[in-house]
Amino acid sequence: MKRIFLLHIGLIVLLFFAQFVLPTYHQGVMARIMVMAVFAMGYNLMFGYTGLLSLGHAMFFAAGMYGCGLAIKLAGAGVVVALGAGLASAAILALVVGLLALRTIGVGFMIVTLMFAQTLYLVILYFGTYTRGDEGFALAADSRILAGIDLTQPTARYFAAWVLFSGVLLGILALVRSRRGRVMVAIRENEERARMLGYDIWRHKLVVVILSGTISGAAGATYALLFGYVGASFAQVPYSIFPLLWVLLGGPGTVLGPFIGTLFMFYLVDISSGLTDAWMLVVGVTLVLLTLFLPKGLLGSLRARGVKWLV
Amino acid sequence: MEFGPHLILAMLEGLVQASVLTLTALGLSLVFGVMRVVNVAHGEFFMLGAVLAWWITQALGGPAALGFAVALIGAPLLVGLIAAGADWLVLRRIDYDPERTIVATIGLLYIIQQVVLMTYGPEARPVTPPFNQRLAIPWFEWANGGLELYFPWGLSTTSYKLFVIAAALGIGLALWAVMARTRLGLILRATQADSETAQAFGVPVERVYALVFGIGAALAALGAVLVVPIQQAHYLMGGDPLLLSFIVVIIGGLGSLRGTVLAAILIGMSDGIISVFFSPTLAKILATLLVAMVLVYRPQGLFGKVRA
Repeated sequence: MKRIFLLHIGLIVLLFFAQFVLPTYHQGVMARIMVMAVFAMGYNLMFGYTGLLSLGHAMFFAAGMYGCGLAIKLAGAGVVVALGAGLASAAILALVVGLLALRTIGVGFMIVTLMFAQTLYLVILYFGTYTRGDEGFALAADSRILAGIDLTQPTARYFAAWVLFSGVLLGILALVRSRRGRVMVAIRENEERARMLGYDIWRHKLVVVILSGTISGAAGATYALLFGYVGASFAQVPYSIFPLLWVLLGGPGTVLGPFIGTLFMFYLVDISSGLTDAWMLVVGVTLVLLTLFLPKGLLGSLRARGVKWLV
Repeated sequence: MEFGPHLILAMLEGLVQASVLTLTALGLSLVFGVMRVVNVAHGEFFMLGAVLAWWITQALGGPAALGFAVALIGAPLLVGLIAAGADWLVLRRIDYDPERTIVATIGLLYIIQQVVLMTYGPEARPVTPPFNQRLAIPWFEWANGGLELYFPWGLSTTSYKLFVIAAALGIGLALWAVMARTRLGLILRATQADSETAQAFGVPVERVYALVFGIGAALAALGAVLVVPIQQAHYLMGGDPLLLSFIVVIIGGLGSLRGTVLAAILIGMSDGIISVFFSPTLAKILATLLVAMVLVYRPQGLFGKVRA
């Protein structure tokens, strides 16, 4: 077996056994990190592999989260149906946003996605009767049971996050090694040349946006189910910046980069807020230092220094 | 509620907002135009201006007008120096790469917010305006067969708000004069047009970049000093100006200062007027969607030229 598969399977196995060693607190943190890493991996498909820098990915996360949460709250749906509703909302939103936003490029694309995300946030506030606005709503514990497994339990929660994470990680690994994945990289590197080779750039980009939005939506829907809270803060600008940050830290255009970046950021904030109140200072200084000394992210720099087989 | 007088009031409020927004957005537009980088920390420089203005007026004491005058010059100068220093220490060393600059300025944003939180605290504090006469808004009415001037009850503005509008106008004109008529303006425009050729002609591009970054931040701080007697200084106040200036710069057309001014007035005014008459959330939804649609169907902005 190739070492690239060994590395990814190894991480998945490691994470599976980690739940037996980790204390309850870190089990919860890791479950959250795995769900957020899925969010970042969806983002990475657009930004890292295809070169589409979106500043509005919070809308896909929120679409998944609210699609799932509202299905449970208003329609009393079961977990499977609710998950489906979350995925469908994110996918449809991604289709509409993709059709409109892909008419722009570069900074225009960044701002259009930012505006659409802001619109969704305001729409959530406007329909406060159903969404409870900024306050958000909690999902009752008895509605969060999947096939007899109580998702409110720490172990079940970790396991569910692990299943989602592993599935998405392997799916993306297969995608970026496929022909479609290589076309995505070709678009990122030189759009004109890819077009002249006969690829339908517009359709490839649209597919990537839908995939990326749906994966980010899956993270949002899972987050709502596992942690039982749906709130408008997840639709706000910081949650569009976070995935960009995590991906840039870990290494854009690497399969494991988003996970590494998320892990690094979560524990940086966790540890620094334990030592001092000034966690924002620690985060800020780290970001500036990373851009100065590790511009390609952790894994990207590793790849540039000789570990060429990383994808 | 009579429509006429309220419309005048709404337009005045809108103009005050538009004035401050114009200064802030001009700073962002200048940085974007000349350096081709997005400064995510721009809103924090705005906030820093407001906080420094409070600090300066408190330290000086004495009559409100004196403290304010010193703050009006001192705060933008200090903020400009801080920004130029950040440019020299960080942005210069990452070669103004667009994506890395975004991350680095997000880092700056966190650092500035935390430092202000630790030194200034989480409270919102007001600055006393240098003068603040209440001015009633006049209106005409048909009465007894002729036009009659009267003052609708409760509708007023203040002399300070009119001063903000005048000051923004003056600063805007001064900036235009510098850009269009001086040697410094020529150097800035040359760097904007083609930094490599400018360098070949002996323009010290790196120092120009530091200067532009400083001026951009100082303009944001200037807008903040003007607005802080109306709106209190708070360590989280930078978010809205950042988003609005972003919109303005894009709608106005990248790098076009004239477009930026027009867009700032358009957006500041409509924001002020809409929020007086309609549900603010619905108005914001429509405005945001409108901005997005302008970008989708007219990516060069409303006033920008199509690039070849």
